[in-house]
Amino acid sequence: MTALSRETLVSALLLVLLVAIPVAATMVGEPFYVTLATRIAILALAAVGLNIALGLGGLVSFGHAAFFGLGGYVAGIFATHAFNGEPLPFGLAATTSMPVIWLSAMALCGLVALPIGAISLRTSGVYFIMITLAFAQMIYYFAVSWPSYGGEDGLSIYVRNSFPGLNTAQPLPYFLLCLGVLVAGLVLFQLIKGSRFGTALEASRQNPTRLAAVGIAPFGIRLVAFAVSAMVTGLAGALFADLNRFVSPSMLSWHMSGELIVLIILGGKGRLFGPLAGAMVYVLFEYALGGITERWQFFLGLILLGVVLFARGGLLGLLAGKARHG
Amino acid sequence: MAEPVLQLSDLRKSFGALKATDGVSLDLRGGEIHALIGPNGAGKSTLIHQICGSIRPDSGTIRFLGEDMAGLDMAARVRRGLGRSFQISSLAPEFSALRNVMLAVQARQGSSFRFLRPVASDGSLTGPAMTMLERVGLEARAKVPAAELSHGERRQLEIAIALALGPKAFLFDEPMAGLGPEGSKRLTGFLDGLRHEAPILLVEHDMDAVFALADRISVLVYGRIIATGTVAEIRSDPEVRRAYLGDAA
Ligand SMILES: Nc1ncnc2c1ncn2[C@@H]1O[C@H](COP(=O)(O)OP(=O)(O)OP(=O)(O)O)[C@@H](O)[C@H]1O
Ligand SMILES: [Mg+2]
Repeated sequence: MTALSRETLVSALLLVLLVAIPVAATMVGEPFYVTLATRIAILALAAVGLNIALGLGGLVSFGHAAFFGLGGYVAGIFATHAFNGEPLPFGLAATTSMPVIWLSAMALCGLVALPIGAISLRTSGVYFIMITLAFAQMIYYFAVSWPSYGGEDGLSIYVRNSFPGLNTAQPLPYFLLCLGVLVAGLVLFQLIKGSRFGTALEASRQNPTRLAAVGIAPFGIRLVAFAVSAMVTGLAGALFADLNRFVSPSMLSWHMSGELIVLIILGGKGRLFGPLAGAMVYVLFEYALGGITERWQFFLGLILLGVVLFARGGLLGLLAGKARHG
Repeated sequence: MAEPVLQLSDLRKSFGALKATDGVSLDLRGGEIHALIGPNGAGKSTLIHQICGSIRPDSGTIRFLGEDMAGLDMAARVRRGLGRSFQISSLAPEFSALRNVMLAVQARQGSSFRFLRPVASDGSLTGPAMTMLERVGLEARAKVPAAELSHGERRQLEIAIALALGPKAFLFDEPMAGLGPEGSKRLTGFLDGLRHEAPILLVEHDMDAVFALADRISVLVYGRIIATGTVAEIRSDPEVRRAYLGDAA
């Protein structure tokens, strides 16, 4: 069997697992596992977003929590205003409709990512990492010190936002909704990867001089990738806030940025299903070991160390073999 | 006579105390191969870098097709028709040979901001890219990642990429280096025909190739052009013989 079809097989297996567990859990009346699977799906989506910048473009953003958190705050702020019957700033009508909230979260994240990217992308390597971190920290402290939306205490969503034709308050329908969005995110990632834009983006990672020498300036390609990446992660943030019915500055913190990078490295950087593999292992570890010891991250660290030293393709690479490029 | 395609006037570039380019004026005319020769460290690559925009000259002007290149970055100069190869191969190592050329074809077609249509099944990219690989004799290796190509094959791939850009001038920095006698001979024959597509500024140490191909030769020593002329003129120039050619002439 070729490496390609093995990766497809492993990926399909991950997806089947992700669907089967919450469905089975619902049937035996264990909704907690549905929530766990939803958490996996949403974190995977956030990491799929980062994977566009990091995996395809080689842009190690240590500030993607900014977009994850902004997406979360959009969901929270819409919900709060709708609950209180107040209009939003700029005269926007508050709504609990998720499609509107999602589009707003993505638009906001795209708009914020453009200036952040435009400045950060003037640097590279460790400076890029630090400057994206700095921007995210600025947004974090802004959220902490702005009392209107809960400041440090965060913002509760009293009723989960709505989706036409679906009871989002129930765990399983909400899981299926998040799963659908994750699949859409995966499809988008794969399309981008195989497209002209993806070709230029991957070339900018492998050898920016080569890209410039065919007449394509790497900066514009990277900037658009950064913005698209932020939009997908922001969408995941909106879903995450609705899952927890709560959003707080912790979604914006650098821990969150680091977690997203860890998911990608763990699962397999630049691979379609790397983020899902990473999110599954991460959340299951957190659940299985988090109950036993507070030091569960120590064991995660060990695995991460093993992956970085011995399996550069991540867990997916370990299971499915070397990635093939066209 | 028509205006030259490429014209350098009094170009200067220093690295600290080292004058790598010391008042170079030089032109490239339509249909010609203009060879740039000189000892190691004379500043040949530095000159190519300045023409391409990867090094900014301290002073002097570079005009290409009548336009001043100052202020244009490398990508913009390439879009105006400068096609280059690198002295040390510079490719996208994970991409196959074909996809490396497809990148150039896509760049030439214009928009890289297309996000959905897969390139693998896009005949407007694969077709021309394959043609370019055939022209340099690399079609059998189309699917091989650039990193796994031999040194000589990578040199060929660089040429195929430059061809795919359909440039209005070629800048080749030692394309024969490391090819071996067979490969050099084949490439010499190929470049001989290529000058009719676009003029070539050819940096090369292989004197057999230079003497066979060049319409004009310029000799660069310590950042200065000490002579420009036909093959016969350069071969008989006493200063050139002393500074560079030695017995080769
Ligand atoms: N970025 C740089 N910084 C400092 N010095 C440089 C730089 N690039 C080149 N040089 C120096 O400038 C001089 C000219 O180098 P260049 O590479 O242009 O020579 P060349 O004629 O291409 O030589 P070769 O035939 O070996 O390729 C050399 O002495 C080199 O060490
Ligand atoms: Mg050189």
